[in-house]
Amino acid sequence: MAAGTASGTAVEVVDLATTPLRELNQRLHDLAGGKEGPTHWRVLNPRGAHAVACGLDAEIDIEIDGHVGYYCAGMNQLANVCVHGSASTGLAENMMSGTVVIEGSVSQSAGASAHGGLLVVHGDAAARCGISMKGVDIVVRGSVGHLSGFMAQSGSLVVCGDAGEALGDSLYEARIYVRGEIAGLGADCVEKELRAEHVAQVRGLLERAGFDDVDPSSFRRYGSARELYSFKIDNAY
Amino acid sequence: MTIFDEQAQWRPGLRESYLFDRNAIAEIQRAAREGIYDIRGFGAKRRVPHFDDLLLLGASISRYPLEGYRERCDTNVVLGSRFASKPIELKIPVTIAGMSFGALSAPAKEALGRGASEVGTATTTGDGGMTAEEREHSQTLVYQLLPSRYGMNPDDLRKADAIEVVVGQGAKPGGGGMLLGHKISDRVAAMRDLPQGIDQRSACRHPDWTGPDDLEIKIGELRELTDWEKPIFVKVGATRTYYDVQLAVKARADVIVVDGMQGGTAATQDVFIEHVGIPTMPAVRLAVDALEELGLHRQVQLIVSGGIRSGADVAKALALGADAVSIGTAALVAMGDNSPEFEQEYRKLGSSAGFYDDWQAGRDPAGISTQDDELSGRFDPVLAGHKLANYLRVLNLETQTLARACGKSHVHNLEPEDLVALTIEAAAMARVPLAGTDWIPGVGEHGS
Repeated sequence: MAAGTASGTAVEVVDLATTPLRELNQRLHDLAGGKEGPTHWRVLNPRGAHAVACGLDAEIDIEIDGHVGYYCAGMNQLANVCVHGSASTGLAENMMSGTVVIEGSVSQSAGASAHGGLLVVHGDAAARCGISMKGVDIVVRGSVGHLSGFMAQSGSLVVCGDAGEALGDSLYEARIYVRGEIAGLGADCVEKELRAEHVAQVRGLLERAGFDDVDPSSFRRYGSARELYSFKIDNAY
Repeated sequence: MTIFDEQAQWRPGLRESYLFDRNAIAEIQRAAREGIYDIRGFGAKRRVPHFDDLLLLGASISRYPLEGYRERCDTNVVLGSRFASKPIELKIPVTIAGMSFGALSAPAKEALGRGASEVGTATTTGDGGMTAEEREHSQTLVYQLLPSRYGMNPDDLRKADAIEVVVGQGAKPGGGGMLLGHKISDRVAAMRDLPQGIDQRSACRHPDWTGPDDLEIKIGELRELTDWEKPIFVKVGATRTYYDVQLAVKARADVIVVDGMQGGTAATQDVFIEHVGIPTMPAVRLAVDALEELGLHRQVQLIVSGGIRSGADVAKALALGADAVSIGTAALVAMGDNSPEFEQEYRKLGSSAGFYDDWQAGRDPAGISTQDDELSGRFDPVLAGHKLANYLRVLNLETQTLARACGKSHVHNLEPEDLVALTIEAAAMARVPLAGTDWIPGVGEHGS
């Protein structure tokens, strides 16, 4: 058993250089349902491993020291996961609740189909950020790549930087806020008026993300024109 | 005017065009009138080479048969023995294919679970998530992970007995799905997190993986999420089947599901249903080729679907190398779809019993492909479940009958050597001899 308790703290430390990922995830899964166990974990040497801390279902805090591969914190419930590094594809995919924070940048499909919780990216997010999102809130300090918010159903995507091509393509009811430049809007995505309640929502999300130096009124809002909601010939491309 | 009225108008001297037959003319007229393609349910209606084009060779002097219905002929199937710590075992080699709550009513989903459980086999969720009714009534339930991820959540993932990553389906390989607004009830909308009443699109691409290398990592995540307990299936529509199966195996799937072009759908463009994909029969051959080449035939199990109607279809699919088959359309028919008892109502909808395919419309008189409370309220899930169980029993008994005739003590002992083909096309596709010859087109010939 390579895991140990950091001296002088109540942090459970697991070193993935010596502990199999399966063992880490199993120990974390064993905490589901409110079972007793460590509530603060630190994962060392992830070295780009895939599926680190996926499937959590417990009110615990996990810090990961290093870069992670695909699907870190996938389907997260309740847990707060912080990656001191960058993440690859599918970060926090299908997250249900809790918080996932990336101090670096993320690859494509961050927060894909996530139903709830908060995803915070301190760097940039690549293509398809928030694709198919179903209720999650995503705050990106940097920019997002093409097709971000594709078929996004609900929740909010806040982008402090720029957005790539086809932003919000085939959008449903998710709200997208962008402060920088937009390379292009996708099908059925239109700019909408930024009213006071939207500024308040952005302010709240920025506060939750810890970005207190960003003016919430400096964003533009995008949403669905709802022209694709009825299947008719005018909507066939 | 019904199709029968039209036929009554024919008289000697009226010659129908082969190219522009009544259906072709009607479709041109409909297209000109409506300005958009036809969407319907059911599966391909055109004739394509199928298991009907194969025959089994019963035992004779050189083969030893088993006594009909008495001598043991096992039918059990284990799925997921490659990596899963909890593989599933079915009593019969016929499962129920994925069909969504949304496309089908909640009572219909319940009946599928009841029928499958009564005979010891599995049923499958669909696009839209898992309902409490189907979990409760399904002894073994396969949970689909689809591109839309509607209703997907880790709790249901862990409640499932197996997970099926859906890449495509036979009716529309390369296509996504649609559920028209009149089937989006409040409950369906809530499960999918979409506004009530809109025409809803299901994505054709998964949101968080692209390509076979990603798929392998995705399957790895699913295993981690479920502590390596559940068998992971990968379902593909039959197209480039040989390559798809090899790639799915490389991605470390436990079970491959190949759905031929005759596979059903709740709502797809007619042109897609009839013109994309390859038939089930050659798809089985290609899938088995891929597995055998990798030395994993029977270790990675193969489920085949698309046009399975009888025990003969089951036996022939197994003889070509499948481990099990799945049924969808046939299961709905067994539960009451297209029943003559609804003839008057089918006629009001411009159809007739035996022809009804407007499963997308949500007005199904049988209460199956609808979200209308009055229509679905007619459907008795207990009775329908029992009818489905009866039908599954018959499929199994017929399969055993044919297997015993070929001298097999387990249906998996059926083999290609037990088959011959009635047509050159079937011989080439299934790679079995044309009946009465030793000729397999393309095998052992110059350049092959």
